[in-house]
Amino acid sequence: MRAFVVAVFAFLYLPIALVVLFSFNAGHHASEFTGFSVQWYGKALSNPFLVEALKNSLFIATTSALLAAFCGTAAALGLQRVGARTRALFDALLGAAIVVPGVVIGISTLVALVQLFAVVNPFLASLWPTDQPPKLSLGYGSIIAAHGLFSMALVTMIVGTRLASLDRNLVEASSDLYATPLTTFRSIVLPQIMPAVIAGFLLAFTFSFDDFIIAFFVAGAQTTLPIYVFASIRRGVTPEINAVATIVLCASVLLVLLAQWQLGRRKPSP
Amino acid sequence: MSKTGHKTSQDNATGGRKSAGSQPAFPMRGSLLRKNLMTALLLAPATLWLVVFLVLPFIAIAIFSVGERAPEGGYQAALTFAQYANLPARATAFWNTMVLAPIGALACLLVAYPVAYYLALRAPQRWRLILLALIVIPFWTSLLMRTYAWMYILGGRGIPALLVYVGIEDLRLINTPGAVLLGIVYGYLPLMILPIYVSLERLDRRLLEASADLGATPVSTFLGVTLRLSLPGVMTGFSLVMILLLGEYLIPTLLGGGKVFFIGNALVDLFLQSRNWPFGSAIAITLVLVSVVVLIVANRISTRLSGARRVDLI
Repeated sequence: MRAFVVAVFAFLYLPIALVVLFSFNAGHHASEFTGFSVQWYGKALSNPFLVEALKNSLFIATTSALLAAFCGTAAALGLQRVGARTRALFDALLGAAIVVPGVVIGISTLVALVQLFAVVNPFLASLWPTDQPPKLSLGYGSIIAAHGLFSMALVTMIVGTRLASLDRNLVEASSDLYATPLTTFRSIVLPQIMPAVIAGFLLAFTFSFDDFIIAFFVAGAQTTLPIYVFASIRRGVTPEINAVATIVLCASVLLVLLAQWQLGRRKPSP
Repeated sequence: MSKTGHKTSQDNATGGRKSAGSQPAFPMRGSLLRKNLMTALLLAPATLWLVVFLVLPFIAIAIFSVGERAPEGGYQAALTFAQYANLPARATAFWNTMVLAPIGALACLLVAYPVAYYLALRAPQRWRLILLALIVIPFWTSLLMRTYAWMYILGGRGIPALLVYVGIEDLRLINTPGAVLLGIVYGYLPLMILPIYVSLERLDRRLLEASADLGATPVSTFLGVTLRLSLPGVMTGFSLVMILLLGEYLIPTLLGGGKVFFIGNALVDLFLQSRNWPFGSAIAITLVLVSVVVLIVANRISTRLSGARRVDLI
């Protein structure tokens, strides 16, 4: 059994290791390692389209993760204060946001937004005093919102789990000692749920940064890094992609480790 | 009526805190109204998000699915089930998905179970968390990059090029159902291991000892106790992987190379290339319905087999 488990771990990590190894290959092909070189990293980082896509992805991931962390935490706190029926409805919707396939989220958001824009844009145009009214279209906003849906549901669940295991005695003691609700929240609740909020933020960031299929539908004229990489893979595999993949993999691993460390923290450091 | 009023005044007397047992982590002193307002404010952004970007879009594609394709592409209002009647036109995509998704989930399960079993019951305590983290990390790293890794390995310049040295030539690995299956197992293995691990880890070990003490062989202890009690986890993992596979696009596209296409590929084609949105919407609705059926059936089976309730992943 142990040998089998070792084999599975090798199966999980060898392909990734291979991509990382060949990102340092001086030559072109996977069949031969012709020498160590960082030329593909230089090529990747001097490609203006790639850098633009990377910047877009960073902006979208940061914004959607921040929004998700804020709204998700608020929702988790709010859900503690509602009846069982409202809670069940909310849980069902949050579960749906996580389980519904990304491809369906992508197309339904696309359909809904295109219809919405078709109604809103002429309306805006009729109100606008000048000849160039603002025109709503797919882009940053739609990607951020669509990614935020999944991320917010995720944050709500993670923070909700942490809230459920919160030491109620501390909250009660704080109230009994005449702390205002805000003080209680700031000095008792927030420090205890903060690791879960940070972990939720990091996982949300990772999700948004890595997502391809949702962005593929709602990106409009924008390009994110996964969309760029997907398009270049379809044109043909180059070692440049290996370098990009290595950078993305390293960033993801770092963020997930950070999130796990935060979730594993029992008590905040003083 | 008087009872409610009494309760409210009691709440005020104790500073607005609810009685023990259901106390919120974020208590508010003050009137009931203020409490409700605070709750509403906390829930408002999430509610708005869920309604605008989950509920409304779903209603939109439901409406589209009973519409017609406009001559120039897009949507034309109608009330017809022609789109649903037309579903057999994409029978190959449905067939591929419906065959490869269960097989893929089953293959995942066969690889995942021993790993979860080892992690939960055999691994040394101090290694357990590290090994678990090593399982979780790939799940949160880009599926695109991980699938790309196999594309690189299975592609013409990868393993096939190496096999030429040992005399095997013209071996085609990529763009086959086998490659897609391999990608599926690789991509979704962590998601299968985690719920099984959780249910095995909760297992009361005294039951295993009791079974052995009562003269059961290791095999019958495994079948009668371990496997039986971990079935909720198995069903959770299986249904999760199965549902995600139903909507998979990247793996069949990159490793199936247009030869093995899934429902996800049909959807991308209908929405982004041929612009037949009503038909695409009908397929999407069907996909969601199939997912719901899979979830319900999995839930039923797991309840019946174990007599226990479903295990949550997170």
